[in-house]
Amino acid sequence: MTGHPPSLRLSEYLDGDLPPLARREVERHLDTCAECAATLAELGRVVARAQALEDRPPRSDLWPEVAAAIGAAPGRPRGLRVSLTVPQLLAAGIALALVSAGGAWFATARSAGARAATALQAAPGGPVRSAVSSGAERGYDRAVAALERMLAEHRDRLDRTTVRVVEEKLRLIDRALFEAGRALAADPANPYLHQHLTETRLRKLQLLRRAAELARAAS
Amino acid sequence: MPTTLTRTETLGPTSDLSQPDTDLVDVALAASGDAHAFERLYRRHVNRIHTLVRRMLGEDADDVTQEIMVRAWQKLGSFRGESAFGTWLHRLAVNQILNHRSARGRRRRLFAEKPPADEPGAPGAAPGVAMDFETALLRLPAGARQIFVLHDVEGYRHEEIAGLLGISAGTSKSQLHYARMALRRHLG
Repeated sequence: MTGHPPSLRLSEYLDGDLPPLARREVERHLDTCAECAATLAELGRVVARAQALEDRPPRSDLWPEVAAAIGAAPGRPRGLRVSLTVPQLLAAGIALALVSAGGAWFATARSAGARAATALQAAPGGPVRSAVSSGAERGYDRAVAALERMLAEHRDRLDRTTVRVVEEKLRLIDRALFEAGRALAADPANPYLHQHLTETRLRKLQLLRRAAELARAAS
Repeated sequence: MPTTLTRTETLGPTSDLSQPDTDLVDVALAASGDAHAFERLYRRHVNRIHTLVRRMLGEDADDVTQEIMVRAWQKLGSFRGESAFGTWLHRLAVNQILNHRSARGRRRRLFAEKPPADEPGAPGAAPGVAMDFETALLRLPAGARQIFVLHDVEGYRHEEIAGLLGISAGTSKSQLHYARMALRRHLG
């Protein structure tokens, strides 16, 4: 190699992006060129500094705005997606079926129903949206497994009464889950059963989470 | 008698659960509409996301961070737990940031047109004015800054950056080098 290599080569060398022959050429040059060796060292320090940069919080708390946007701000009315109940949804479904048979209202009702369905699927909070039936299924299972593992490891931190209460509630919930699963196997399209299963699984998650928090507090 | 806990109490940093596991619990709850669980996720991750936005865009960090968090809430159901929640959120944030970049790029020049200079001056600074590393980073041309942040700070590969930004891997390398050369004067 005659003269200095293009300085870009030094970055590529630093990142291990050069093929073997080019890498050896750069290394031979670095052995005899203090200037390029110094530049390479500086580039290395820039990379190290970049990797050591620390995160900083926002200057102000952004949560109130986020909470308002997702309909969770205290005192604010919740949006459609979090306000519909199962009976309301069932009623909406029945109404949709009725008007679909009724002719003139069909198009309007279908449009409204589609909007509601789209809204319900578009964001968390909808009662019929199952946290454990879509992509979150595995996440739910892993969350439950992690909490159960932790509780098994640290159950001795909890007093006997607490352990007994938690275990009894878990037994009841697991029983309810078993029954809901069996009922769904017989009637897979039943929206009430789906809702019931989701709510029961979330109750289990909440209970495990509270128990885990108790174990932590007792340590 | 077991202690009664409210929904707003958190599994704190001293919990025996790792953050990914704690996140999983809160994702499952938040995906069902539990805003308290989502707030816990928000508070665990907002610093990283806000910092990423600030470094990538240099401005509008509060607004874009809020948009990212709202988007995350809307898309929680698509989180499959194949990666950590933080990784999923980070990827979502990068995409959201790049959407802003695209809109902004229609108005501004993103990449430095000059080839990487071997001896560039301080990015946007008057001669002799000291500037800390982070401030100097924010003064880089947007394209070089974003590539530097993605590669050297966040650990993306050039091929990934090229795909995200719609440029060649060679452009990513040369812009990264431009940024590094400019920043070496601000090592302090």
